[in-house]
Amino acid sequence: MTELQADQGAQALEVAHVQAKTRRNRDVLIALAVFVILALLPMLFSSKFLLDFVIRCAAYGLFATSLNLLVGYTGLTSFGHGMFFGLGAYGFGLMMQKTGVSVPVAFVATLAITFVTALIIGAICVRLKEIYFAFVTLAFQMLIHSTILSWVSLTGGDQGLRGGIPRPPFWGIDLSNHLHLYVTSCALLVIGLFLMHQIAQSPFGYTLRMIRDNATRASFIGIDVWRAKLTIFVLAALFASTGGVIMALFVSGAYPEFAYWTISGEGIFINMLGGVTTFLGPMVGTVLLLILNDTVTRLTEYHGLVLGIVILFFAIGLRKGLMDFVVEWYAQRRDGRGK
Amino acid sequence: MDIDALTGCLASSACLVTQTTSGFIIGMLLFLVAVGLTLIFGVLKVVNFSHGAFYMFGAYFAMTAYQLTGSFALAMLCGAAGTAILGLIFERGFMSRVYGADVLMQVLVCYAFVLIFDDVVRMIWGPEFKSMGMPVAFQVAPLFIAGGVVPPYYLLLISVALAAAAVLGLGLARTRIGKVIRAAAHNPGMVSALGINTGLIYGGVFALGGMLAGLAGALAAPVRSLTPGMGFSVLIESFIVTVIGGMGSILGALIGALLIGMIRSFGSLGFPLFTEGLMYLFMVIVLVSRPTGLFGKEVA
Repeated sequence: MTELQADQGAQALEVAHVQAKTRRNRDVLIALAVFVILALLPMLFSSKFLLDFVIRCAAYGLFATSLNLLVGYTGLTSFGHGMFFGLGAYGFGLMMQKTGVSVPVAFVATLAITFVTALIIGAICVRLKEIYFAFVTLAFQMLIHSTILSWVSLTGGDQGLRGGIPRPPFWGIDLSNHLHLYVTSCALLVIGLFLMHQIAQSPFGYTLRMIRDNATRASFIGIDVWRAKLTIFVLAALFASTGGVIMALFVSGAYPEFAYWTISGEGIFINMLGGVTTFLGPMVGTVLLLILNDTVTRLTEYHGLVLGIVILFFAIGLRKGLMDFVVEWYAQRRDGRGK
Repeated sequence: MDIDALTGCLASSACLVTQTTSGFIIGMLLFLVAVGLTLIFGVLKVVNFSHGAFYMFGAYFAMTAYQLTGSFALAMLCGAAGTAILGLIFERGFMSRVYGADVLMQVLVCYAFVLIFDDVVRMIWGPEFKSMGMPVAFQVAPLFIAGGVVPPYYLLLISVALAAAAVLGLGLARTRIGKVIRAAAHNPGMVSALGINTGLIYGGVFALGGMLAGLAGALAAPVRSLTPGMGFSVLIESFIVTVIGGMGSILGALIGALLIGMIRSFGSLGFPLFTEGLMYLFMVIVLVSRPTGLFGKEVA
C-alpha cells in the first residue's frame, strides 16, 4: 500500500511516485494491447453479430463502469445515472441532426453540455445522504425523461429522434461504415476505461474510498467532501454520456428509453452482477447481462422471470458480484496454501 | 402548456369540485400504497422496491374474486388478504435473508421480484388490459356537488382509505402491538432481548404493508385498467410521496399523497404533457429545501 507509506518521509514519497509511474506505463501497454486485440477481432470472426455485441458492450460498459466510480468507490448510490447516458445520446443526436457540425465537434459539445448539467444537478444532489441521494437523482432522471417526452418539437417525444443521425466522415473515419464504427467504439471504450482506472488509482481515487468508508473522518483531516463528491459525480457523468454517444451512433437515433430510470436500474444490476470491489467488475457484469438478455429473450417470452431468478441467485446465493466472488475465492485459496 | 385551461378551471366551481375529487382519489390510493412503504421502511429499514407488485396483485385478486363470486365486499377482502399472505411469504422467504446486507442487495432482491411478479401475472391473467367493471351496487347516478360530478364510488374509496389511515395511526400510537412495533423500529436488539419475536413483527409489518397496497389495488380495480406492470408507475409515485412526506412518517405519507394527487389532477389541465415532470420537480424542490422530507426526522 504505497498510499499508506506517504507519511513516512520524502523517500517513501519518491518510491510511491516512481511506482505510480511504472504502473501507469504498464496500464498504457495493457490498454494498447486490449485495443489491438479488439481491433483484430473482425479479421478472425467476420460475424456482424459479434461486432454489434462489442459495440453494445462498449456503450453499456462505459456507463456501468462510470456508475461504479460513484457506487463502489465513493458510496454514492445513484438511481439516476442513466440520465447522463440519455443526455449523451440525445445531445449528440440532436447536434448532428440540427447543426451539421462535424462528429468530433458534436462529441466535445455533448460532453460540454453534460459537464454543465452534471455540475448543476450534482451540486444539488451530493449534499444529500444515502437513500435521499438515490431518490433525488432518480427524480432528476425522471424530470429529464419527462422533458424529453413533452418537448415534442425538439426531441420527437415518445417516438424518439428518428430519421437517422448524419455521420459525415472525419479524419478518414467514416462512421456509417460498420467496421469504422466498431473500431471507434472500441477506442472510446479502451480510452474511457484507461482514464477511469487512472482516476480510481490516483490519490483522488483513494480520497473517494475514504469518503465512502468514513466521510466524517475525511472531512476532519481537511478534505472538502462536497467538492470531491461533486467532482466524481461530474466525471462519471462524462463517461456515461460517452456511452450514450456510442449508443446513439449504433442505433442511429435516440429514444426516451435511454433516459428512463430502467437504464439506471440496469446499471446498478450490472454492477451487482459483476461486482463493485474490482475495477473490471462492471465490465464483466455488462458482458454477462448482455449475453443473458440475448439468450433468454431468444428462448422464452417470460424473460423477466428467468432474469429475476438469476438475480436472486446472485443476491441471495452468492451475496456478491461475480468478480467479487472470484477475487475472494482466489484470495482464500492462496492464503490456504501459504499456511 | 395550457395555462388558460387551468385558470378557467380554478374560476369554475364545477370544475374545481371535479378536479379536487379526482385529486383526492389519486391521493388516497397513493396514500394506501405509500403508507405501507413508509411503514416497512420505518420498521425494517428496507426500501421495498417490489411494493408496486402488491398493488398489482391486489387488483388482480379482487378482479378474479369479483368475477367468481359477484360480491364486491369479498373482492376487497380477497385483494387485501391475498397480498397480506404474499407479503408474509416474500418477507420470511426472501427479504429476511438480506437484512444487514448491502442496501444494493436488498434493492436487487426486490428488483428480481418486480421482474418475476410481472411475468407471473402475465402467465396467469395474460398480457392484455383487463377491467373489473364497476360493481352493480355503485352503478347509480353520480352526485352533483356545486355543479361538479362525483361518482358515489369515489366517496366510498376516499372513506375506506381515510378509515384505514385512522385505524393505522391510532393502532400504532395507542395499542400494545403498535408500541411493540414502534419499539422494534427504534431498537430491535432490545425488543428481542425482552423475549419478543422480532421475526414475527417484521413478517407482520411486511404483511400489513402488503395488505394496504393490495387494498389500494383492489379499490382501484373498478376504476382503472389492469395490466402486468401496472404496479410500476404507482411504485414510483408512492416513492415520491414517501420521500416528500419523510421516510417513516405516516402523517407525511398522507400529506404527501394529497399534494401529489392535487398536482396530478390540476397539472393534467395546465401541463398535459408535463404532469409527471411536475411531480418530480416538486420532489426536487422539497428535497433540496428539506433533505429529509416535510415530516422526516434526521436519521443517523
